[in-house]
Amino acid sequence: MKINSKLAATTLPLLLASTITSAQTVDVKISNLTQAMFFTPLLVSAHDDSQHLFESGAVATAELTAMAEGGDISGLVTSSEALGALSVENPASGLLAPSTATMVSDFNTGTNGFLSITAMLLPTNDGFVGLDSWAIPEEVGTYTIFLNAYDAGTEANDEIVNGGDAVGVPGIPANPGGNGGTNGTGVTTNESNQNIHIHRGNIGDTDAAGGVSDVDSRIHRWLNPVAKVVVTVK
Amino acid sequence: MNFKKYLSIGFSVCSLVTLSACSDNDSSNVVDDDLAPEIITQSYELTLSNLSSNQPLSPLAVAIHGSSYSAWSIGEASSLGLEHLAESGDGTIFLTEATNAGAFTTAAGAGLILPGASETLGVETIVSDDLNLTVATMFVNTNDAFIGRQGLKLADLTLGEEMTFFLPIYDAGTEANSELAGTIPGPADGGEGFNAVRDDVNVVSRHPGVVTNEDGYADSILDSSHRFDAPGAKLVLKRTQ
Repeated sequence: MKINSKLAATTLPLLLASTITSAQTVDVKISNLTQAMFFTPLLVSAHDDSQHLFESGAVATAELTAMAEGGDISGLVTSSEALGALSVENPASGLLAPSTATMVSDFNTGTNGFLSITAMLLPTNDGFVGLDSWAIPEEVGTYTIFLNAYDAGTEANDEIVNGGDAVGVPGIPANPGGNGGTNGTGVTTNESNQNIHIHRGNIGDTDAAGGVSDVDSRIHRWLNPVAKVVVTVK
Repeated sequence: MNFKKYLSIGFSVCSLVTLSACSDNDSSNVVDDDLAPEIITQSYELTLSNLSSNQPLSPLAVAIHGSSYSAWSIGEASSLGLEHLAESGDGTIFLTEATNAGAFTTAAGAGLILPGASETLGVETIVSDDLNLTVATMFVNTNDAFIGRQGLKLADLTLGEEMTFFLPIYDAGTEANSELAGTIPGPADGGEGFNAVRDDVNVVSRHPGVVTNEDGYADSILDSSHRFDAPGAKLVLKRTQ
């Protein structure tokens, strides 16, 4: 409640200031709140108000699709930095395991007033955790944000773990926890909402040797939020 | 805050009076011996409303403590008390752990809070600049789900002021979410509560939710009414004294 009022208080000055010119240094702590879902290498990006790594309700860019389907953030880094963004890539040095946290320290955001974060969720086909263009407060303090799980809308959620990490190739690249099944027949071949939307969750099954899905319905579930982000403006 | 400042000023005046009384026995200086230190307390009223579809809440466990105490943490193993609370709904050991860690006061709810129902209870604590509230209760129709908030700063509340919080749903990580008959203590099953074996990830996380026998898991003892999403409950906190 405190945070909301603080945010509301900072919204007005941000709107009034046409450009943020003062350099901000922030710490960003990202916690995976889930019990069994892994985050692929995270991208933490500071950019201006004209940019988005993703926008819910919109079609995913090719760069976002590569991140959401295969965990590859290189395209997002290149395209956003070309427009002046500053990036912190892969702060967890690999996967961010369930119920663990990683820290970005002393991130100088320069003149970029907005923060975005993405990482793919495993095991999913094209699920990702994301923060879209959060206005970095000018007031020194600690701010907490909770992030939801999104579906990029670019790949049918067949829930078959087959190593498919390239764009347009069906399937889930990996189940890092190794606690799922194999030989699933596939949940669906259809993706009804092809824009970025809130992920409906995995269906899964309890058949480790077959069934429709290679993920476990009891384990590879989540409720929003899936991540907690604590930003300290210094 | 203002109230507290007023109190501490009051204390200073009292001690000055007492000191002067000690050093000066002039009988014209009227000193009331009843000014001897009196325990000053602050009181709060908590109202918890169960927002779930069909998850009765176990008797509420409440602790007011200093900021150094944390009853659970994402990614850390549950304490034994939290395991008991989350698997069986018995918060006794959970509250004892808080007391042993220096909590100013603890309180327990009167009984189950049924879906749609609310319970109000009062707690009284000593005055301190560092009062933090933790509440926890089990979703009893689960293996080891609990809902709670911790470290709510009571200093933010002035006398008569109310604040509303919503409670997320956690998984104690101490018992696999098997949903099998015999493993769930609530009315959906009437099965086992606490079991010392930890056959799950053994760290606290947000709860992933339940599958149920109406969503493709035939062996589950739970039905669609037992599904849930966050928040699990609403907490209204009011300072009454």
